[in-house]
Amino acid sequence: MNKTLATMALGALMAAGPALADLVIPDLSYRTGPYAAGGIPFSDGYNDYFTLLNERDGGIGGVPVRVIECETGYNTEKGVECYEATKGEGALVYQPLSTGITYQLIPKVTADNIPLHTMGYGRTSAANGTVFSHVFNYPANYWNGASGAINYLLEENGGDLSGKKIALIYHNSAYGKEPIRTLEDLSEKHGYELALLPVDHPGQEQKSQWLQIRRDRPDYVIMWGWGVMNQVAVQEAANIRFPMENFIGVWWSGAEFDVEPAGEKANGYKALTFTGLGMDYPVYEDLQKHVVDAGKAAGAGDQLGAVQYNRGLYAAMLASEAIKTAQEIHGTADITPAMMRDGMEALEMTNAKMDALGMAGFGPEFTVTCENHGGPGLVGVVQWDASAKTWNTVQDFKPTDVEVIGALIDEDSAAYAAENNIEARCN
Amino acid sequence: MPEQLVFAMEVILNGLMAGVLYALVALGFVLIYKASGIFNYAQGVMALFAAMTLVGIMNGQVPFAHLINATFGTHIHYFGWNVPALLAILLTMGVMVLLAWAVQRFVMRHLVGQEPIILFMATIGLAYFLEGVADLMWGSEIKTLDVGLPQGINLWIDESTYNIFGYGFFIDNLDIVATIIAALLVAALVAFSQYTKQGRAMRAVADDHQAALSVGISLNFIWIMVWSVAGFVALVAGIMWGTKSGVQFSLSLIALKALPVLMLGGFTSIPGAIVGGLIIGVGEKLFEFAIGPMVGGATENWFAYVLALIFLVFRPQGLFGEKIIERV
Repeated sequence: MNKTLATMALGALMAAGPALADLVIPDLSYRTGPYAAGGIPFSDGYNDYFTLLNERDGGIGGVPVRVIECETGYNTEKGVECYEATKGEGALVYQPLSTGITYQLIPKVTADNIPLHTMGYGRTSAANGTVFSHVFNYPANYWNGASGAINYLLEENGGDLSGKKIALIYHNSAYGKEPIRTLEDLSEKHGYELALLPVDHPGQEQKSQWLQIRRDRPDYVIMWGWGVMNQVAVQEAANIRFPMENFIGVWWSGAEFDVEPAGEKANGYKALTFTGLGMDYPVYEDLQKHVVDAGKAAGAGDQLGAVQYNRGLYAAMLASEAIKTAQEIHGTADITPAMMRDGMEALEMTNAKMDALGMAGFGPEFTVTCENHGGPGLVGVVQWDASAKTWNTVQDFKPTDVEVIGALIDEDSAAYAAENNIEARCN
Repeated sequence: MPEQLVFAMEVILNGLMAGVLYALVALGFVLIYKASGIFNYAQGVMALFAAMTLVGIMNGQVPFAHLINATFGTHIHYFGWNVPALLAILLTMGVMVLLAWAVQRFVMRHLVGQEPIILFMATIGLAYFLEGVADLMWGSEIKTLDVGLPQGINLWIDESTYNIFGYGFFIDNLDIVATIIAALLVAALVAFSQYTKQGRAMRAVADDHQAALSVGISLNFIWIMVWSVAGFVALVAGIMWGTKSGVQFSLSLIALKALPVLMLGGFTSIPGAIVGGLIIGVGEKLFEFAIGPMVGGATENWFAYVLALIFLVFRPQGLFGEKIIERV
């Protein structure tokens, strides 16, 4: 009788206790709303990679990954609600895919000791690990993007942009305004003239901006758009016959669905990138076999190889590699969010490691340190081939202007530290 | 002629064209409000739903494919045929009539005699429901819509204005087509309401529900008809905007552009929707051109509302709206 009671008590305890055997990864996704077209493939890639690890490898370090998806609709308030609703599950890292949500979560994750990964978005100065202890934005940030675009144009113009006119058409939000300061500083350095053209949410109507571009005739247009703004901008550029090869979008303005509505007229449009293109990686064979064919894909399984799918896949791969690093550092497979932060801060991505994962060359090599949470900031350029409906690489990952960006990061992060009474760490 | 004046003329012309597109959306609101006193919050979503249905039919997409596949473990997405644009438009119109019937049968009929705010709340619910159904039926990815409408700069206008002013004006061919279609649509709606039995019945219902009922007009039929016509207007608006940007969720947000048009033109006037659209279109474009650069740009969204509010101060019923005097 006593033995039976003891067994029942143990069983009840196990049932009531937290699921220690799971590595919990929340996915703050947006599969609905005006930005769903970008949110869906990213989330599919993010989920599918963890499903692959569970199905093929039995998880990470023998511990299965449990992804908790929470719909934000790209809405900041909902994003914060999702964070509050999921953090108690033992969430190891957050990846909100929204600059607005990121800004709200920075103080929260720091207080809750949970890391935040904002790959290619969010608060750029979070690259300074001495101030932002729990925020990571490797391998590249917005200011790398702005500098990468200018570096590419410098190469196209024999290293001289003086006297050139460059227009920035941007989403009139925290996200869209991020590159302005960098482009202004770079205009002083390289002597080009910068024109700023904001577009209000959602960006369905841009006639005024493109009439101005037609009147002012800038040599190049750089775009910081998201959602419908991208498709309309590409269409309007085609309408005014702006040369597509002189039109460059940031990585969030460079997916297939951004250019396909304009058809053949989008041919030649360029975009920045920090991830690999297409499906020519061995990891895709495993994804097809263990995830798609097994009927376990997050979506319809029709997004594999798409630009935003690859980005979600890459984000998940970086998270899983950080988990492995944390498991090695702390000598346990069941890691906590604090251990995950340590793993992210010690993450080292080498070609050999990516090769072993079936993703050789998918992203740049980099090492995260206590001081540098932003990675190397290498930026590539891709171009749309409308007839083949594919993106082609026109510039491999190349360095950006560390001198200008570093100074801006120091200035902005110092201001944040002063506002929030943060003492510099990593000493 | 000074360069800035020539540029301003181009901006005004483009503003007029944009105004026509705004008016197209506003028309749908006016039709339903006139006939039933309901401010239909779902009008923007109806444009999205209509455009998604049109693309789905054209591409031979299986409706609710994801749901069917998830339930039965199948992998069907397309029927394997394409439907010509004109036939697809007719079929979509049929779907919009069905939708009108369903709205009347399952929502509005149960709310007859309720306060306007209750009816308005019901249309908010309808908007969210339709958004979800549209996604479930056709998927939420961006879809390219090509029904054969021309797009891009009109070369004749470009060359003609260049010969006159030394600067070629940009006018989008799609905007010209939209203007012609909007003009035909308004003419057809006016003719329908003036010269057909159903049209006159619709006006009678708009004037007084009780009186219309007492002379044997079927309220149900009229309301289904009105919602169907509003569905047709939504389809036209969805085609015009969807051709520009691809068919996607943001189409539902074009309703936001119609609100200042309605405030300005009046909720009960078809000519008001047109004139309001033109004033808002020209006003916001001209303001962005002249004042925008001084205040950092992106003025169009808020300026449209400011303009409408200024009109409201002097004419609360809008330019062409009915003046309602309630004696206490």
